[in-house]
Amino acid sequence: MNTLFEYLVRLGDDSLILGHRLSEWCGHGPILEEDIAMTNIALDLVGQATSILKYAGEVEGKGRSEDDIAFLRYEREYKNALLVEQPNDDFGVTMMRQFLFDAFRKPLFEQLTQSSDEQLAAIAEKSLKETKYHLKHSAEWVIRLGDGTDESHDRVQSALNDLWRYTDELFFTDEVDADLEAKGIIFSSEELKASWSEMVKNVLNQATLTIPDNGWQHDGGRRGLHSEHLGYILAELQYMQRAYPGMEW
Amino acid sequence: MVNKERIWELMEEVFDPEVPVLTVVDLGVVREIVKIGDSWKITITPTYSGCPAMKRIEDDILEKLAEHDVHNVSVELVLAPAWTTDWLSENGKRKLKEYGIAPPVDEVDKSVLFAEPPTVPCPKCDSKHTKMVSQFGSTACKAHYQCQECMEPFDYFKCLK
Repeated sequence: MNTLFEYLVRLGDDSLILGHRLSEWCGHGPILEEDIAMTNIALDLVGQATSILKYAGEVEGKGRSEDDIAFLRYEREYKNALLVEQPNDDFGVTMMRQFLFDAFRKPLFEQLTQSSDEQLAAIAEKSLKETKYHLKHSAEWVIRLGDGTDESHDRVQSALNDLWRYTDELFFTDEVDADLEAKGIIFSSEELKASWSEMVKNVLNQATLTIPDNGWQHDGGRRGLHSEHLGYILAELQYMQRAYPGMEW
Repeated sequence: MVNKERIWELMEEVFDPEVPVLTVVDLGVVREIVKIGDSWKITITPTYSGCPAMKRIEDDILEKLAEHDVHNVSVELVLAPAWTTDWLSENGKRKLKEYGIAPPVDEVDKSVLFAEPPTVPCPKCDSKHTKMVSQFGSTACKAHYQCQECMEPFDYFKCLK
């Protein structure tokens, strides 16, 4: 197995699928400024997916472009974490999902700027600057809503209860990670989880929210086993390329 | 026969499609121009990962050079070192302000939640009594502000470091 290709697809699919999810808010935001904010963040994520999947195609060496990889795979070949494919639901759910993800990506990109793989380090350096803006935005909203009215508090607490079971998967590791860590291309998942936990606890505490006490955690996304939601996302994402193969504009 | 200086001069005639008052040189998007044999290689870098203007900038560069009979040109996109607003030229900052977009100012640490947003003077009346409306604006590189003196709503070219 080409472990670097596999890793890049996991990293790129997280950006691609969450970028698509956020783009669904376009024209539906609760206020104009948030509509624009969510679509701006979606644009950053899709931009990151473009850089990452383009590089994945080069590493694979089979002549696939970033568009081929983004639009022409089947569901089982997508390796995003289950968290990012979860539905938008209300604004509180979207912000909670975003915060749990941003709090993971910031320390991840900080680690990857030190990667022995130059192109991956370059992508991380670029993406990190954007991710700092995303995290500030989502963390502030989680606090504002959690420490807001009874209604907003209950809604984001319920979002946290529903989404918490998808968080362990962000730190999933297998032989792909072990191989790349040995080569100095990626770094310790435990350190990543420690940084994530510190940030998450601090923000949820300020937001007066309680981390749910359930032990059960999902996984499967990194191995291509998804929730029912991904199929619907792909039906929309891939529609044009499936209906008109090879179309360009 | 054109030389490197001439190519740099021609780059000063290629404008950013989203902020058309700035050239790609003012913006710091053109990183390097090198001659390899009979051809030229021009290296550019995006402001943001998802910047939709990069393809257009590449096409505009090729078109500008073709107008001056320079044809053997390749444009290469690089990500590192990552673009920063520090690369915006002084001339570029002046042109932005004249155009009604506040240029980047030194910014607060983004890891501090609910920190006061930076004080950005109004590009119209220079008042420092302005308010951030949204961290995210009309394009990836801008935030949205409003002046509390003259009430002008304006874009702020936000700091990226």
